[in-house]
Amino acid sequence: MTTNLLRWIPLLPLIGAVLNIFFGGRWGKKFAGILASAAVLGSFLISLRVFTLLSPTGVLRDTLYTWIESEPFKAQVSFQADALTAVMLLVITGIGFLIHLYSTGYMAHDEGEARYFAYLNLFVFFMSVLVLADNLLLLFVGWEGVGLCSFLLVGFWFEDPANTTAGNKAFIVNRIGDFGFLLGMLLLFWEMNRLGVPSLDFAALQETAARIPPDSVVLVTLLFFIGATGKSAQIPLYVWLPDAMQGPTPVSALIHAATMVTAGVYLTARLNFLFALAPWTLSLIAIVGAATALLAGTIAVAQNDIKRVLAYSTVSQLGYMFLAAGVGAFSAAIFHLFTHAFFKACLFLGAGSVMHAMSGEQDMRKMGGLRRRLPVTYWTYLIAALALAGIPPTAGFFSKDRILLEAYSSPHGSVVLWFVGWITAGLTAFYMFRQLFMVFHGTSRAEESVQSRIHESPPAMTVPLIVLALGSITAGWVALPSRDVWDPWLQAVLRAGNPVEHGAAVNETLLVGLTVAIAVIGIALAYFVYGRQRRIAEEGPLWRVLAHKYYIDELYDFVFVRPFTAAANWLARAFDPRLVDGAVNGIAGLVRGISASGRRLQSGNVQHYLFAFLLGTILIFVFWLRR
Amino acid sequence: MTQAPLEYYLVLSAVLFAIGVAGVVIRRDVIVILMSIELMLNAVNLTFIAFSRFLGSVEGQVIVFFVMTVAAAEAVVGLAIMISVFRFRQTLDPRDMQLLKW
Amino acid sequence: MILFLILAFLSVVFSLLVVTQRNVVHSAMALAATLFIIAVLFLTLDAPMLGVLQILIYAGAIMILILFVIMLLNPMSVEARPAAWWTLGSLGAGALFLQLAGLLHRPAVFAEAAVPASFGGPESIAQSLFTDFALPFEVASVLLLVAIIGAVVLAQRQR
Repeated sequence: MTTNLLRWIPLLPLIGAVLNIFFGGRWGKKFAGILASAAVLGSFLISLRVFTLLSPTGVLRDTLYTWIESEPFKAQVSFQADALTAVMLLVITGIGFLIHLYSTGYMAHDEGEARYFAYLNLFVFFMSVLVLADNLLLLFVGWEGVGLCSFLLVGFWFEDPANTTAGNKAFIVNRIGDFGFLLGMLLLFWEMNRLGVPSLDFAALQETAARIPPDSVVLVTLLFFIGATGKSAQIPLYVWLPDAMQGPTPVSALIHAATMVTAGVYLTARLNFLFALAPWTLSLIAIVGAATALLAGTIAVAQNDIKRVLAYSTVSQLGYMFLAAGVGAFSAAIFHLFTHAFFKACLFLGAGSVMHAMSGEQDMRKMGGLRRRLPVTYWTYLIAALALAGIPPTAGFFSKDRILLEAYSSPHGSVVLWFVGWITAGLTAFYMFRQLFMVFHGTSRAEESVQSRIHESPPAMTVPLIVLALGSITAGWVALPSRDVWDPWLQAVLRAGNPVEHGAAVNETLLVGLTVAIAVIGIALAYFVYGRQRRIAEEGPLWRVLAHKYYIDELYDFVFVRPFTAAANWLARAFDPRLVDGAVNGIAGLVRGISASGRRLQSGNVQHYLFAFLLGTILIFVFWLRR
Repeated sequence: MTQAPLEYYLVLSAVLFAIGVAGVVIRRDVIVILMSIELMLNAVNLTFIAFSRFLGSVEGQVIVFFVMTVAAAEAVVGLAIMISVFRFRQTLDPRDMQLLKW
Repeated sequence: MILFLILAFLSVVFSLLVVTQRNVVHSAMALAATLFIIAVLFLTLDAPMLGVLQILIYAGAIMILILFVIMLLNPMSVEARPAAWWTLGSLGAGALFLQLAGLLHRPAVFAEAAVPASFGGPESIAQSLFTDFALPFEVASVLLLVAIIGAVVLAQRQR
């Protein structure tokens, strides 16, 4: 059914952004935050309403205007909300609102607060466009837009070149993925056109997908997956995410944990019918997802920056989501997306709270003993960490468990994939509690001046923490084995996924037990090493490799960045001045030369001119005589 | 005595004209240039008279009459200009009279 | 015919002298000779009036004028004679002559027309001049007047 409601979900934040850009400076910093938060709250309320209006098979549509019309192709700015979109919207606007609220406290001392909220609102606008789009082109607009906002926000404190460099890195690496997306989209359209359906609407795609030749489907899905690796930080394009921690922490929470990075997963779910036709790509996705999860998990173990640990954790958890998608469990992937948003956002905001208390310190080696000074932060952090580690009855337990189950038992899954996921679960528990113990337990290792200023954060910051912590516990309860609400809800949209069978075999209980067991082992290990303030093996070659992220950034620099820069330099310094300018100047020189020679005709000598007369006369005679 | 045919007169006229042209283009003394111009005019006059005779029309000769008049006037003015220029430049070489060149 | 050939030859020789002599006075003399011979040619073409006028005006007045100017100016300079330029100019003139001569390969051939005895005499010229060409005649007079005044003005000594 059609409605006018949907358009307001992106429009409210857009208006907020525009107002903040133009008037934010004048109306005062406080106002900027209130305006922005109110806009997102409005979007959330409308999303809630939309949710209530929907059924698992229902679709709401809202068409704004025709964007491109080039016979026979037509692309409209048109929104659709089905069960999947509704879930995404609730996450985006709900958690978005909480983070806006948090930001009013966190960014209170910052000069550019209006600009910050403008960008943040703009982000919510683009992200909602992304999930509301009813065709690939509009989705791509949102896709690019969130990349832009990520760039703007990562480099928010632009006076420091380290921040702008990180922003550049985020955008450029994203761009590589975007190129894959674009190519995939073009190829897909070409195939669609050949089949007589020149459209990129999801509805049309779903109908026609089966008729596309298999090879093309594999290529298209592969290209889309490349786009997803860029946006969702998988191997090989994940390198931007840790650097993106240079931005303000609420930004990391919203964009690089809960929403933007999930866009790749959303894309895969949205196009599940297409991916289902390309088993080869799905296998690749599962492998890449699992590998990324493991790789990032190992790196997270050796990081000393509080935000870096969380960043690599995000990369790892995204890997889980792709692992799920790769074995055909799209519903499980979205489920993990859902729960992860809660506890990861909670963790990031908690980290922000810690940094706020520690006067901006981010190195965990200089923290410790904050448990008593920051009680709210501590308890919410603990809950979220438990959720991430997958301890029942938290949300993370249900979603991660679902994924591991699918990895093992799905027709596309394998024991190896399960095993990788299982080990990573242990690592996850380990590094999270390493972090918890280093930051909150024991005695403080900070300087006196910092210690004296430690204080719990204001309510604007602690309230969202509490809300998110509660969500981290309860969000998983929508998919209890006994009463599963989640799967039926998404069943119609994610048709191509595997239906989940619960209690299929005793295997399920065994697997669950194993998962919990390794998580507990991880926590225990962390306690023995870090809980007791004994730090071992912080040196040694293995540690160094992990701490340096396997030197992958250096590798990329050597293989890609340097040759590219050298080529660019050569072009700018040698090719362009010599060849291009040379050609242009050469032509000018040629003209000058010719004109210099020609100029000598004007000697001023009358007899020369008369001679020319004579020649002309002779020529005329010649032609006249021939007639 | 028979009259020479028209073509002979015309060829002679052409020769004289060509010689006059050569003089105008080649010589570096403006007085000689002026004299060469007179030579060219005379060649033309010869042509006119020859045609007048062979066509039996006296108009050819009337034209020559006018040509002579104009030639006289032109020679006078030309020489006066030469005198004037010589007073300033002390030269009769046309290459030294390039004021028209930028 | 013989007469014509002799006159033609002489006129060509003298005109060549005009163009080639180093000494200006020599050129002037050669020119006078050429003009005189052309006057004779006029006479052979039944143009007595014009023949006499040629001698009076051209070989007479104009040549005197030229000689007066030569003597007045008394130029001393010896002009340069670059071979390249001379060759080029001669070739050009030669080409022009060939073109002009080439025109004679046209089919039209004129036979000598029969003319009355008074052809080219003062009466016949006057007849045409003062009736058909009255206006040009008057204009020519004005032209001469202007030329005289102009020459006087131009040749004045600056005061």
